[in-house]
Amino acid sequence: MSGVIETRGLVKRYGGFTAVDHVDLDVGKGEVFGLLGPNGSGKTTTILLLLGLTEPTEGSVRVNGLDPLRQPLAVKRRVGYLPDQVGFYDNMTARENLSYTARLMGLSGGEAAARIAAALERVRLADVANKRVGAFSRGMRQRLGLAEVIMKQAEIAILDEPTGGLDPQSTQELLEMIGELAGEGMTIVLSSHLLAMVQSVCDRVALFNKGRIGLTGSVADLTSDVLGGTHVVEVEADGVDLAAALAGTDGVTGVTATRTGGWRVDTAADLRPEIARRVVGAGGQLRTMSIRRTTLDEVYVRFFEEEARHAEAA
Amino acid sequence: MPRQREGSPFTGLATVALKEAADHMTSARIHLVLLLIFLTAVGAVYAAIGEVTATIGEDQFLFLRLFTTARDPLPSFVAFLGFLLPLVAIALGFDAINGEHNRRTLSRVLAQPIYRDALLAGKFVGGLIVIALCLLTLWLLVTGMGILLTGLPPSGEEVLRGLAFLLASFVYAGVWLAVALVCSTLFRAPATSALAALTLWLILTLFWSMLAPLVAGALAPIDPLDPMTQVHQLELQKAFARISPNVLYGEMTLGLLNPATRSLGLVFTAQLQNALLGAPLPVSQSLMLIWPQLAGMIAALLVLFTIAYVSFQRQEIRA
Repeated sequence: MSGVIETRGLVKRYGGFTAVDHVDLDVGKGEVFGLLGPNGSGKTTTILLLLGLTEPTEGSVRVNGLDPLRQPLAVKRRVGYLPDQVGFYDNMTARENLSYTARLMGLSGGEAAARIAAALERVRLADVANKRVGAFSRGMRQRLGLAEVIMKQAEIAILDEPTGGLDPQSTQELLEMIGELAGEGMTIVLSSHLLAMVQSVCDRVALFNKGRIGLTGSVADLTSDVLGGTHVVEVEADGVDLAAALAGTDGVTGVTATRTGGWRVDTAADLRPEIARRVVGAGGQLRTMSIRRTTLDEVYVRFFEEEARHAEAA
Repeated sequence: MPRQREGSPFTGLATVALKEAADHMTSARIHLVLLLIFLTAVGAVYAAIGEVTATIGEDQFLFLRLFTTARDPLPSFVAFLGFLLPLVAIALGFDAINGEHNRRTLSRVLAQPIYRDALLAGKFVGGLIVIALCLLTLWLLVTGMGILLTGLPPSGEEVLRGLAFLLASFVYAGVWLAVALVCSTLFRAPATSALAALTLWLILTLFWSMLAPLVAGALAPIDPLDPMTQVHQLELQKAFARISPNVLYGEMTLGLLNPATRSLGLVFTAQLQNALLGAPLPVSQSLMLIWPQLAGMIAALLVLFTIAYVSFQRQEIRA
């Protein structure tokens, strides 16, 4: 894989606290890569390390083959960054804010104006371009931050909690814009604590917990690796012991009783007909059955629960 | 692996400086402070003109008197400036860095292809630009008022001394801007930073001259039988007082605007033998006289900026 971003044994300690603990990342060109995990699990620190905005205690980072500590200007020219809860100068208009960053990037006046207009158009802020940012909503600020990344024509976009604090509609809009950018070949690294929400846009994800990466891979791979199945079938039935009835069925990877007469069945495919047949065959009465795809939240909870249990046992 | 960083630390400095200067020029906070300083300046000079016209024709340095003459109850223009310039500088700088933190713009700006150096230096230069503009305006205003109300043009030497005085005021304000910048990197809350800078301002401009004799008296008590101890105590008192930029600024304005000033230290009667008292010094000699004070202030400015620089470079930028 042609690694656009590579980290090896990345460690960041603040005093005695280890914020990032031996993180190895490989992000390929054109990928949408998700850094997922709860607040305080080291996602933002990892991002700052990628940008060279903080120094690693140990380990190395390569962005496009460059070292962000030694060649920071070259790295920062290629990478666009949307920080968590991005801030702008409230007394300046959207256009003025972007024009200031454009000058910091070293763009000439004419080119900057054209790029700013195009970027604002894309994030649908063109009609408020000359309004002060102080009056902007959370979602508009977030979109303005994305406009800055677009204006920069960055090869890599690093987005820290891009959907944090947004309502569902703004979240959907923003994710669509991110998807469009990815479609144009931009490499995107995004972090989020809302696992289920971003699983749709990510090609691959890394699950963070306490500064470590627990798992890396595509969403489908992770669900099948950890839970053994990609689907969850919820079954309600009377007069049957589902665990016994389903024993030995192909594709069923787990049966857990959720309450009396209710089960959760993890499966590798849509096995509803087979399950129904088994329930009836065992003399039970099938009441309801529903199917859905496994979410990353379930993977996360299951994986780190098991890890914690192993740690306790050890 | 090369240990050196690539690229110039000055990339983006001009952009940051101009943006900061433009921000200051349009901010209500700076408008208020500048209004205050312009009103007091005009008042002081107007009062001074009343005094000066009484002795018109006798005085060789009429225009310099405009700056230094006080009429009760108003202090002189330079006294006002010595007191209020720090206030302008603090208003310009107290939230330079922590303001960026609190607006959450710091990480976004630093993710652009510039070094942190450019941001800090740019903010400093931006403040200096505003101070320079403000001082130049004040000086022209005072000179213009002088020409209008007395009907006399300033002489070449007076203009030269006036420009040197401008430079001294600029460096003095620069020291206080650096103080404010240090506070803005050390304290996260802008209110704390402003209070810290203002406290320092009050101590150094108001209380320092009262503290100096006390400290000198405690450290070098006078022995009534040894007259040298008295000299020693006075020297110590001077040295201690000169820690305050306000004292240094006062000495500089004295040397520059009062050409008859021959020394800023102790003078013994024996040294005054055959001296023409009250005869003015040439500009070059006056400059020599205040050179140590000016150099000391520039050094203080650089030291303070370095402290701000080191503390900012080591800061974690995450909000």
